[in-house]
Amino acid sequence: MSTITLNNITKTYNKGATLAVDDISFSVDKGELFGLIGPDGAGKTSIFRMLTTLLLPDKGTATVVGYDVVKDFQKIRGIVGYMPGRFSLYQDLSVEENLNFFATVFGTSIKENYDQIKDIYEQIEPFKDRRAGKLSGGMKQKLALCCALIHKPEVLFLDEPTTGVDVVSRKEFWEMLKRLKEQGITIMVSTSYMDEATLCNRIGLILGGKILALDTPAKIVESYPEKLFAIKSSNMHQLLKDLRINDTLLNCYAAGEYIHLSFKNSSGENESLLTKYLQEKGQTDLVFKETVASVEDCFIRLLGNPDGNSN
Amino acid sequence: MKQFFSFVKKEFSHVFRDRKTLLMLFGVPVVQIVLFGFALTNEIKNSNIVIVDNAKDFASRQIINKISSTNYFKIQKTLMNSSEIDAAFKSGDIKLAIVFPQNFYTDLLHTNHAQIQVIADASDPNTGTTLTNYVNTVVADYNAQMNQTINFPYQINMEVRMLYNPDLKGAPNFVPGVMAMVLLLVCVMMTSIAIVREKELGTMEVLLVSPFKPIYVILAKAVPYLVLSLINLTVILLLSVYALVLPIRGSLILLYGVSTLYIITCLSLGLLVSTGASTQQGAMTLSLVGMMLPTLMLSGYVFPIENMPWILRMISNVVPAKWFYIIIKAVMLKGLGISYIWKEVLILFGMTIFFLSLSLRNFKIRLE
Repeated sequence: MSTITLNNITKTYNKGATLAVDDISFSVDKGELFGLIGPDGAGKTSIFRMLTTLLLPDKGTATVVGYDVVKDFQKIRGIVGYMPGRFSLYQDLSVEENLNFFATVFGTSIKENYDQIKDIYEQIEPFKDRRAGKLSGGMKQKLALCCALIHKPEVLFLDEPTTGVDVVSRKEFWEMLKRLKEQGITIMVSTSYMDEATLCNRIGLILGGKILALDTPAKIVESYPEKLFAIKSSNMHQLLKDLRINDTLLNCYAAGEYIHLSFKNSSGENESLLTKYLQEKGQTDLVFKETVASVEDCFIRLLGNPDGNSN
Repeated sequence: MKQFFSFVKKEFSHVFRDRKTLLMLFGVPVVQIVLFGFALTNEIKNSNIVIVDNAKDFASRQIINKISSTNYFKIQKTLMNSSEIDAAFKSGDIKLAIVFPQNFYTDLLHTNHAQIQVIADASDPNTGTTLTNYVNTVVADYNAQMNQTINFPYQINMEVRMLYNPDLKGAPNFVPGVMAMVLLLVCVMMTSIAIVREKELGTMEVLLVSPFKPIYVILAKAVPYLVLSLINLTVILLLSVYALVLPIRGSLILLYGVSTLYIITCLSLGLLVSTGASTQQGAMTLSLVGMMLPTLMLSGYVFPIENMPWILRMISNVVPAKWFYIIIKAVMLKGLGISYIWKEVLILFGMTIFFLSLSLRNFKIRLE
């Protein structure tokens, strides 16, 4: 059974002038870790807010644990945990006070549900008397997660929980999510970090209010239609310039220390022709190899050609 | 219920940890009372005057005694000639000079008519008028005293009594005014800011996605400010009774009862402001411009409503502070009971119901 379903959900702002979510349908299964991946302004937060009953969809229906987000909003509010994108705890209350407050608001106590948050809370417990406003970014997110978890929610909505958090804390955070998933909590998470996508069971790539692709990270990567190559040289800046004016290429873009590229047609001579072309341009120390597409590569390809997903 | 108390407790923590706001909360009424009570007052005390007594007889000495026994005047010295008086006025040493002519008492006895010359520094007209009025009162008082023994036929005496405030003190006027203002400030501004802050910081988003009913969020926000306002009220009353020597004539219970009603009126106004504003800045501007200004101008506290053009008089009817001001003056200064103010109380009550239902209707259970 699907824990979260969206049917043809559309959301606009400014009386229809701004289209935020455009006719989206998908569902998330029970116990799944589902990721919404997309850049800022793609419509992720709007989807989260509609599912947490904070916004009303213009069109379409959505359910969470079988409850309608419009009609049964009061029921949904009792069984979901929500962590908004912005740090939303009381900065002038201490860590412990924040947690206590949210526990009581949700009709429970820290003691009662301590096992639920134990793993996470132990990490911030040394700072329990510190005011939440004085915590580091990673600590704040851990506290916010504790507060969202304290009432043992069936579904957890995390809107960009790792934005503004250092790499180590991000890694820890995702490990926590993995453990929560093992406890059977359905988790829907959004992020603009592509590397986090592979940590989800399934991901939806979202842009301009539309879902461009929706599958497991492995399948999304597999579905990359062309062969993908990585190339680097001693002069990366010039290399990118040279590649851009070469008309045999479908696309080329910087990806870490390499430049990723693919060809328009799958001729076997592509590689040698390109190497020759670059050598004529005076490029030295060329490293040219085939590589495996990442989620980011898929996303960039979809960005350039949003309808290219049909095959 | 436990949820509610936990919320109220949290709200108190916010208030007590925000030192600046706390200082403003309790500092403003104290400063206002002290300022109005001691610094900004129409009463003139201890003015330097000179008395030139050319008569030095029974009557002049009696009047001088009377004058010096009030605390309005401080008799500097007794100058003898007019050029010295002139110099003293010019240097600003004195505000007023009283000159008794020679044969003052004899004139009074024989011709039934005597004159005293009063010279006042009218560069500040209000001070000049007030000071001469004081002298007038003293002399009229002496006149009356004499008339008791000596019978003048066919004399009309005007007996003026200044009710509730015989000494024309400033305090009875501004204490109710300060109360109306401070309670409005605390309730409307602080409450609306406190609610809007939750919206602005994003904590409202989390609170809304909880089983806690949104309506309780609002009520829990109002409780601390109700308590704080009552403390504030007590501070103002203590200050006015003990520092300004302004006794409370009416029932203390009634006074607290009507004040609580006014506080609730203001809280519901604050709620209304918070439903309309989305930033703390906006809430502050709305409560300052939309509430403080009309209260200051149209409550009758600074400017008498009777003198206003009809349109302003009409508008003043929707200012809650106007009604509270009337009620407080009646209870505190005149010692009247509920039977005299029930109409005003009813109006305040109606306003509260109106504001409350309007703000509850406008309160958003979602983000938009």
